Amino acid sequence: MSRLQESLKEGKFTITGEIGPPKGVDLHHCMEDEVEYIKDRVVAINVTDNQSSVMRISSQSICALLVQKGLEPILQITCRDRNRLAIQGDVLGAYVQGIRNILCLTGDHNSAGDHPESKPVFDLDSVSLLDAISSLKEGKDLAGQELEGVPEDIFQGAIVTPGADPVEMQLIKMERKIEAGAQFFQTQAIYDTVAFENFMKEASKFKVPVLCGVVLIKSAGMAKYMNNFVPGVQVPDEMIKPLSEAPKEDRPKKSVELMSEFIKEVKPMCEGLHIMAMGWEKYVPEMLDMCEL
Amino acid sequence: MVVNVPKPQDELLDLLDGYHSLFIVGCGGCPVGCDSGGTERIEELATFLTKNGKKVIGSVLIDFLCNKALVGSKLIYHIEKLKGTEGVVVVSCGIGVQATGKMIDIPVIPANDTLSSQGMQGLWPSEERCAGCGTCYLALTGGICPITSCSKSLINGMCGGQHDGKCEVETDRDCGWYQIYTRLKEVGKLDNLKKIPRLRDYRKMDVSDTERNTTRWALEKENMYEAPQQSSEKEEA
Repeated sequence: MSRLQESLKEGKFTITGEIGPPKGVDLHHCMEDEVEYIKDRVVAINVTDNQSSVMRISSQSICALLVQKGLEPILQITCRDRNRLAIQGDVLGAYVQGIRNILCLTGDHNSAGDHPESKPVFDLDSVSLLDAISSLKEGKDLAGQELEGVPEDIFQGAIVTPGADPVEMQLIKMERKIEAGAQFFQTQAIYDTVAFENFMKEASKFKVPVLCGVVLIKSAGMAKYMNNFVPGVQVPDEMIKPLSEAPKEDRPKKSVELMSEFIKEVKPMCEGLHIMAMGWEKYVPEMLDMCEL
Repeated sequence: MVVNVPKPQDELLDLLDGYHSLFIVGCGGCPVGCDSGGTERIEELATFLTKNGKKVIGSVLIDFLCNKALVGSKLIYHIEKLKGTEGVVVVSCGIGVQATGKMIDIPVIPANDTLSSQGMQGLWPSEERCAGCGTCYLALTGGICPITSCSKSLINGMCGGQHDGKCEVETDRDCGWYQIYTRLKEVGKLDNLKKIPRLRDYRKMDVSDTERNTTRWALEKENMYEAPQQSSEKEEA
């Protein structure tokens, strides 16, 4: 059983982090800077899969390196770039490299990234990918062929956007993901405690652990960008104002304060946090200290 | 010609589970040429549905269901019957089903599956699009096609890219799944989303040799002329 699964099973408030592989083979920033700051504060680390449809080192390779370092990765798999043969092969390949946690996503459309002329695959999507992994865990591939050696203890999760409109559709899909085998959820970033509470009132009935998504807001500009362009994310004015008023050098401190207040409020509502620091990994320990986590 | 074939009977009955009163709308265009539509098929279908406990309130054959204006102008004569109908079974390609769905506030159920002809969009091309996926989902998706209206052709629901009802690909492109959600909510059929098969079978997009070798696939095929020749021989005999 992965440490992530064990932690959630024991009912501990569980924290995960996230890193993005580099474009190119210089691993310094990703493996030294980002990982070093968060590794002692999280149970497992997500590694994104060609995030935002931008080509980078594969998630699986970075996950394997994390395993070598004694850290626990969460392999993110999107359905944009590979069909069901490739993905199932990767799941088995990841398993033999010691990777146990997998997060299943549909993936952004190619048009958003740096290879907009590429072929969108989407042979599977988040739900059918969960189905595929469930099937592998039971000893058969999607075509019903028997496996030699079964990856029984893969721990598979999915994502949900608590701030999406309509949230009802999110809950319908969340339920479908659970039927397909989702064992945990990480959420898209959310800043509105009331919206999160309302969402959790519905979502908690599924009895599947939910890790609340946390993205540190670096500036008022970033908040406004997210409000305009990131679906399902709404940063309230009460958070934007103090950031825009703070002098530039005080912004990280202000941001950490704001997020720790948010975390304290949502902590009783969910099973953990998923922290996406996006370059601000060095502020994560301070933020968690403030929350006594 | 948009090639379409009757749905397997069991699948059609599954899709009609919960419906009691039905109205049949048939297309008098391609399905007639494909032997999968027309007056005879409508009659057969009515008999089949009645045998299986459904009440068929009426039926109509309209020349080309891909022409929405025509569909509307013809259905208006049947408005009283349609008012007492829970679902409309549409005997046509996916475009006809979508066009019919746009003209009425009643759930539409496709009686046929459309085979891929790589781009033909009906004789009166409008905004409806059919990819010929071979597994018509329109009965469960409020008459809006998830394959052609979603930029990722998702069948398991909306992705995280929907923003104010628009798609992540282009700001002025409608999110197909937002439309499907809204439509199903309007007609009180959100539960349909639980019934959609979770995995696609792409073999159904690759049309078999048997289908390719029919006169309806390519009118210029040699065997098109076999049928009349045979019948004239019979007459002579």
